[in-house]
Amino acid sequence: MRKLNSIHLNHFKNTAEIKAVKLPTPSYVKIPMSMHMGASCTPTVKKGDKVLVGQKIGDSDAFFSAPIHSSVSGTVKDVVDYRLINGMVCKAVEIETDGEQTHIECSPPEIKDKESFISAVKESGICGLGGAGFPTHIKLSPKTPVDTLIINAAECEPYITADYRLMLERPENVLGGIKLIMKYLEIPKAIIGIEGNKPAAIEQFRKLTENDENIIIHTLPSTYPQGAEKVLIHSTTGRIVMEGQLPSDQGVIVMNVSTAAFIYKYTKTGMPLTNRRITVEGSAVKKPLNVIAPIGTMVAELLRFAETDMDKTDKLIAGGPMMGSCLVSSDTPVVKTSNSFLAMTGYQEPKTTACIRCGRCIKACSMNLMPTELEKAYLRKDTAALESLKVNLCMNCGACTYVCPANRKLAETHQLAKAIMPKKKK
Amino acid sequence: MKKLIISSSPHIKSETTTQKIMLLVIVSLLPAVVASGIFFGMRALALIGVCCASSVLFEFLCRIIMKREQTISDLSALVTGLILALNLPVTLPYWMAAVGSFIAIVIVKQLFGGLGQNFANPAITARIALMISFTAPMTTWAVPKYWSSDPSLFTGAISDTNTVITGATPLVSGNTSLTDLFLGNVGGCLGETSALALLIGGLFLIITGVISASTPVAFIGTVAALTYVSGGDVPYQLLSGGLFLGAFFMATDYATTPVTVKGKIVFGIGCGIITFIIRNFGGYPEGVSFSILLMNILTPYIDMFTRTKPLGIVKPEKEVKKDAE
Repeated sequence: MRKLNSIHLNHFKNTAEIKAVKLPTPSYVKIPMSMHMGASCTPTVKKGDKVLVGQKIGDSDAFFSAPIHSSVSGTVKDVVDYRLINGMVCKAVEIETDGEQTHIECSPPEIKDKESFISAVKESGICGLGGAGFPTHIKLSPKTPVDTLIINAAECEPYITADYRLMLERPENVLGGIKLIMKYLEIPKAIIGIEGNKPAAIEQFRKLTENDENIIIHTLPSTYPQGAEKVLIHSTTGRIVMEGQLPSDQGVIVMNVSTAAFIYKYTKTGMPLTNRRITVEGSAVKKPLNVIAPIGTMVAELLRFAETDMDKTDKLIAGGPMMGSCLVSSDTPVVKTSNSFLAMTGYQEPKTTACIRCGRCIKACSMNLMPTELEKAYLRKDTAALESLKVNLCMNCGACTYVCPANRKLAETHQLAKAIMPKKKK
Repeated sequence: MKKLIISSSPHIKSETTTQKIMLLVIVSLLPAVVASGIFFGMRALALIGVCCASSVLFEFLCRIIMKREQTISDLSALVTGLILALNLPVTLPYWMAAVGSFIAIVIVKQLFGGLGQNFANPAITARIALMISFTAPMTTWAVPKYWSSDPSLFTGAISDTNTVITGATPLVSGNTSLTDLFLGNVGGCLGETSALALLIGGLFLIITGVISASTPVAFIGTVAALTYVSGGDVPYQLLSGGLFLGAFFMATDYATTPVTVKGKIVFGIGCGIITFIIRNFGGYPEGVSFSILLMNILTPYIDMFTRTKPLGIVKPEKEVKKDAE
């Protein structure tokens, strides 16, 4: 099997040994109606309504969507327009909490077969918790036969330990979720891919799956980007997802470990997705930790809880340092796909100098692209060259920019290049 | 609260910078510099100083005249000066060395846009230009004099045959012992005599990841294979002349050689073939410089044909066939 290119990063997993703590209920949450890929929801509550934890507050008729539930109990303060990190505007429900956290009366969903399983998954409001936020019920409805379920527990981004802590603290949920999916989708085999820098998690799952031949624990190299879907599929099965294909075309479904754990929890309690485990870290954070916070909690609240020096913070990142997005302000709510917030000090934009053609970006690209050539093609707006160099395969992992000795913004250029590509005729 | 910085991901960077890479190259050349000092005396070090200083000065002035951002701090001009010096005989007048620096920095590098933009290796082109312009002084190879501190040698007089014994490069005379060749106790340019010093520097570059081993292995391997097949003396061909200097330090120049591993191998093999042909059938005793320069010119084409194959794409040839049907 051919080895894919990858890079070595410092892991900075400083919160790995700290048990996750629950955030005290915030006084106010703001829940956007668009938190992941797919159609945004329409609010089903209005100003002045009383809401309970787990109550549906947003829904959509579109198949490619997932409902949204209140994470707190309290009163709807307002429904406002809200600009998301990606620049789009959607509605957001603002709720003033009563501190009681009274939840709806919920009971485990009735699951008899594949259909009722998938509709239960849809009702739970779950989407891919790894970051991209692909609605899970769609992922669980593949059009081609699937023989392997791959659980993504690589957590290859530096700093983030949210998935790792979940694996240590709630292994029964993870395995329960895997077994449910295997059972109802009739998938014979599951592989849990864990990076070698998490020996405790590997050992724990090896023990728990001792008597289960169908669940395999696969130790991944601790390189970046191991958690990227195509890379993970290649590392665990040797299969290559061809251009334009979905993983299911190669007979696999990839699911984040937290997503699988949540599915199990939901089938046991019937409580929809209302909170998330989040790593709060960075050089401005005095008390780095993993916190369990209601969706809609303001990032400022999390940072305060982790004793962050906001006066020194000059960069606030939602997600990991390799692929995360910068936040304009800490008045940003936690969403379904949040897994980490990093407050950084002393950030200095590195000075970009001339490309020396060293080829480090080419050796870093796990998709085997040529970032330096792509950059040149973009600069001369040569869409034909961009097409033949396969700019569409760039997953923006950032490895090329990371290694560039001339500090060229290669990954950023690739995203800009994708925007100038002519729309494909179908 | 401070205003937050907004920029695209990634938000962390590796420590490697252009300047650090150049510094590693300079460190890797130090054994060769020391060896030249041991074998050719103080004048060798003085000549290296002249080349380095003039290269940096020309780069500095050039950037001012061109109204471009100053780039001497990236150390690339220093590297060029150092490599150029190692390509010169110890007896070369200082002003000729400075002319070499001018050709390398101004004509070959800056006029084409500076670092990373030049298509030919500056030091090699300068060496070839000097060789053609000043053939006699460029082919007068002093025999090692072990720390010679004779003042006339140091100030640059080269006519005095009492202080300088000139001799042919071993490639011409062909009667030097292999041990002398390996250590560098032979006549030749400053940097090409001691294979040992060059090997240490080359391995240092490979271990620190500055260069990939593919080019030197392909280059030296091709020369060795062709020499062996044609019945020549393999160790002798490998250790003499500028093969190691060229293979480790000049055929691995980023800007003027292919970017992919496949391309580097093609480049190395091409250099090896041309070197072998010039050494055996050409009018010049040494072919390393010419081979690298010729392959530099071919680099854009090698790059074009040795692109990496992106993961998971259908081979374009098949698509073409389908269209034809």
